[in-house]
Amino acid sequence: MQIFKKNTHIDFMGKRKLAMYISIALIVVALGSILVRGLNLGIDFTGGTLVEVGYQEAVELAKVREVLQSGGFVDATVQHFGTSKDVLVRLAQQSDLQGAELSDRAFMALKQADAGETTLRRVEFVGPQVGDELTEDGGLAMLYALIGILVYVALRFEYRFALGSVIALVHDVLITIGIFSLFQIEFDLTVLAAVLAVIGYSLNDTIVVYDRIRENFRKMRKGGSEEIINRSLNQTLSRTLMTSLTTLLVLIALFVFGGEIIHGFAFALIIGVLVGTYSSIYVASTAVLMLGISKADLMPVVKEGGEVDAEP
Amino acid sequence: MNRYPLWKNILVLVLVLLGLLYALPNVFDQDPSLEISGSRRASVDALTETTIRTALSEANIAIKSTKPGDNKLLVRFQDSESQLRAKELLETTLGGDYTQALTLSTDVPGWLRSMGALPMYLGLDLRGGIHVLIDVDMDAALAQAMERYTGDIRTELRDKKLRASRPSIEGELILVKFKEADVRDQAIDAINNEFRDLILESKDVDGDYLIQVKLSPTEQRAIKKFALDQNITTLRNRVNALGVSEPVIQQQGDRRIVVQLPGAQDPSKLKELLGATATLEYRLEDTEHSVEDAQAGKVPPGSKLYKTRDGRPILLKKRVIVTGNQITDASSGFDQRSGGPMVSVSLDSQGARRMRNVTTENVNKPMAVVFIETRKDTRIVDGEPVTRKVQVEEVISVANILEPFGRRFQTTGLDSPAEAHDLALLLRAGALAAPIDIVEERTIGPSLGQDNIDQGFASVVIGLALVMVFMVVYYRVFGLVANLALMMNLVFIVAVLSMLQATLTLPGIAGIVLTVGMAVDANVLIFERIREEIGVGSTPQASIYAGYEKALSTIVDANITTLIAAVVLFSFGTGPIKGFAVTLFIGILTSMFTAIVGTRAVVNLIYGGKRVAKLSI
Repeated sequence: MQIFKKNTHIDFMGKRKLAMYISIALIVVALGSILVRGLNLGIDFTGGTLVEVGYQEAVELAKVREVLQSGGFVDATVQHFGTSKDVLVRLAQQSDLQGAELSDRAFMALKQADAGETTLRRVEFVGPQVGDELTEDGGLAMLYALIGILVYVALRFEYRFALGSVIALVHDVLITIGIFSLFQIEFDLTVLAAVLAVIGYSLNDTIVVYDRIRENFRKMRKGGSEEIINRSLNQTLSRTLMTSLTTLLVLIALFVFGGEIIHGFAFALIIGVLVGTYSSIYVASTAVLMLGISKADLMPVVKEGGEVDAEP
Repeated sequence: MNRYPLWKNILVLVLVLLGLLYALPNVFDQDPSLEISGSRRASVDALTETTIRTALSEANIAIKSTKPGDNKLLVRFQDSESQLRAKELLETTLGGDYTQALTLSTDVPGWLRSMGALPMYLGLDLRGGIHVLIDVDMDAALAQAMERYTGDIRTELRDKKLRASRPSIEGELILVKFKEADVRDQAIDAINNEFRDLILESKDVDGDYLIQVKLSPTEQRAIKKFALDQNITTLRNRVNALGVSEPVIQQQGDRRIVVQLPGAQDPSKLKELLGATATLEYRLEDTEHSVEDAQAGKVPPGSKLYKTRDGRPILLKKRVIVTGNQITDASSGFDQRSGGPMVSVSLDSQGARRMRNVTTENVNKPMAVVFIETRKDTRIVDGEPVTRKVQVEEVISVANILEPFGRRFQTTGLDSPAEAHDLALLLRAGALAAPIDIVEERTIGPSLGQDNIDQGFASVVIGLALVMVFMVVYYRVFGLVANLALMMNLVFIVAVLSMLQATLTLPGIAGIVLTVGMAVDANVLIFERIREEIGVGSTPQASIYAGYEKALSTIVDANITTLIAAVVLFSFGTGPIKGFAVTLFIGILTSMFTAIVGTRAVVNLIYGGKRVAKLSI
């Protein structure tokens, strides 16, 4: 079975202006949202206490709020987590109690909700200092991943490819984080891991396209850069979409069946894969074209060093 | 064409068999169990087993099986809930002479285990448990060291008969004042000789001759390292006393300690115990001065005013006979005379010698036992609650010394048997060298852990099934080959994780799911290339050959960049991120092998070396 005809001839590069406008618009919206609305950071980064309890019977949030209030927790936010029997409580940091003790007291209060046996499912407490460290480490991880990749691609291909791939990566990461900001979806450590995985995935896609572009630059005697890139994109199109599709399939399985805790992670990756697929076709390739890649840059120096006449 | 040499086929086969073998232990059941072991005072025998069985069956707790060992009994349960109920029940039935450890036991046969084939090590988010990150208060450790040096310097100056003011601490400096310059210079020599890790500086202010004493950077580092190491030892002792199996107590960074306790515990009890600072001190009562005068503010220089538990003031000598640090063993019980709770204490040789000397000299004089504990005290300052750590010192008993004390003796006056029990535990475990704070806690209840396993497993299976169906529809025979490789890849990931005993976490499972999606990428690349080759009119055999050949460098490039991301994730990540990075890293490596070498071996077996008219791709 084949989804696409053997030889597609889509003029991707012809629409690069349009794609560029779309990308710029998306990035502006993402950046704007990150700057204006900010991220809904989870307690991993802000510090704080979170308690998840499971009741035997379905419980109303109003009731839970009430027992928390009478237990002295005024600022607690309460939500159902997954089912109507599970409740997730976020507690504001109270300076008179260490977070570790706070959770014990909250659990005692939550037991009063009259919904059958109450089991403690999860407690997370992150001190403000640790939160700051995690934020810093997360930022550093992102930075080092980008630098490492930049160096590797520059060594294996050429600096314009390295720049192009990093532009595509920044594009993907910004848009993914932007969507988390726009819809105020909680951003925690696992989402950060997913964003870093998006870097890996999107790059994977980009490298495959670049590999073909390099091969075709060396092989095709005729045609300008734009035509060669178009040709390469068409040749890899089937693979690009196939891989995105299989990855999306498992991610959707993870999103649907993996449980509430993994939702943010799966969602970030789904966005990342979609954006990454688009960017490896439009952003990464457009970037190298605009950076002025030409046949001469990719000719193996030793073998075919003389063919510089193909410069546009 | 397209045939692997024999050695290559054998290599693939051997690796596949090894993968299957090391993944095998994960197929066996793991049951929550209790390991009950005896002590010097009590042994575990057939009688104990009967007692345990009766007690459990009376409480309607189902046992799966029991297995006696060397002064031990392993009891397996259906679920962790029965395990917990049983632990609670047996604690009262068997009493304190037996220790009970919560553990997981497997059915993995001995021959597999002897090869080092073990099931994967599940992280706390999958098996349930408590993770706490503890910060050691290094400022307090340094302050304590300064106090100690201040006392030592004073003693040294007194011994050398050098007249000086009482040394005082100001910030990071200890200040000693002298009236004469040459005495000061002699003092500098004396202190330098005795304490090589101090940095001394002389200063003249308003006719006073000063010495400013500072801790050298090496000494500061040594103090911090000691505080951390000592705290790790103490925490380990305390955790071991709780009877948790496979606890993890590790240093993280230069002032943090990670404590991970798998299995279900009572988190509040645990946190209380980890941070507890209770200890004992033995001092003589000052009977020569009046308590009333001291209360009025005239405390004699060598004494200090204390309060007893019922609030009565009492004057004690400042000199400590022995402290909790010199206690080597402690156990709780009931005093035979009064029937009240007591702690029986053993001293180390130094402590025992001091205790004997002091008690011999002071027969018929009263000696007091001071109970010291750090509590948190919250007060409202400027409308903001402020928490301070307050050291509470209470005199729990005062009694006349009837005869010289030996190495072992009893202390009474405790409020309850529970207090005696906890105090004995803390004395046994040793004191913390510096106060600690819990700065991060993650507790996962056992029910959530099981849910995480189930959901993680379900998403792996469903994701895998979806991809496999898709691959067969799209690439037919080649799709089947890719699916075989995909399943083998999963087996390899599990095998490598089991072999390394790396921790599998929920994000780790997510990493596996993701590699399932991405692992087929290599095959997609190869198969698309083969189709292209067929498209330009190559023969089937040549197409297979060229497809694999041309896709190789692309696959390697693409995977190495993902590996870079995984390595960065691993080195910067904590907890959840690390778990994800580990499986991603392993998954990429194993998938390269299965997708390139593995599928090629199978494709060669199917098509290699014969005339093929058409490929099913």
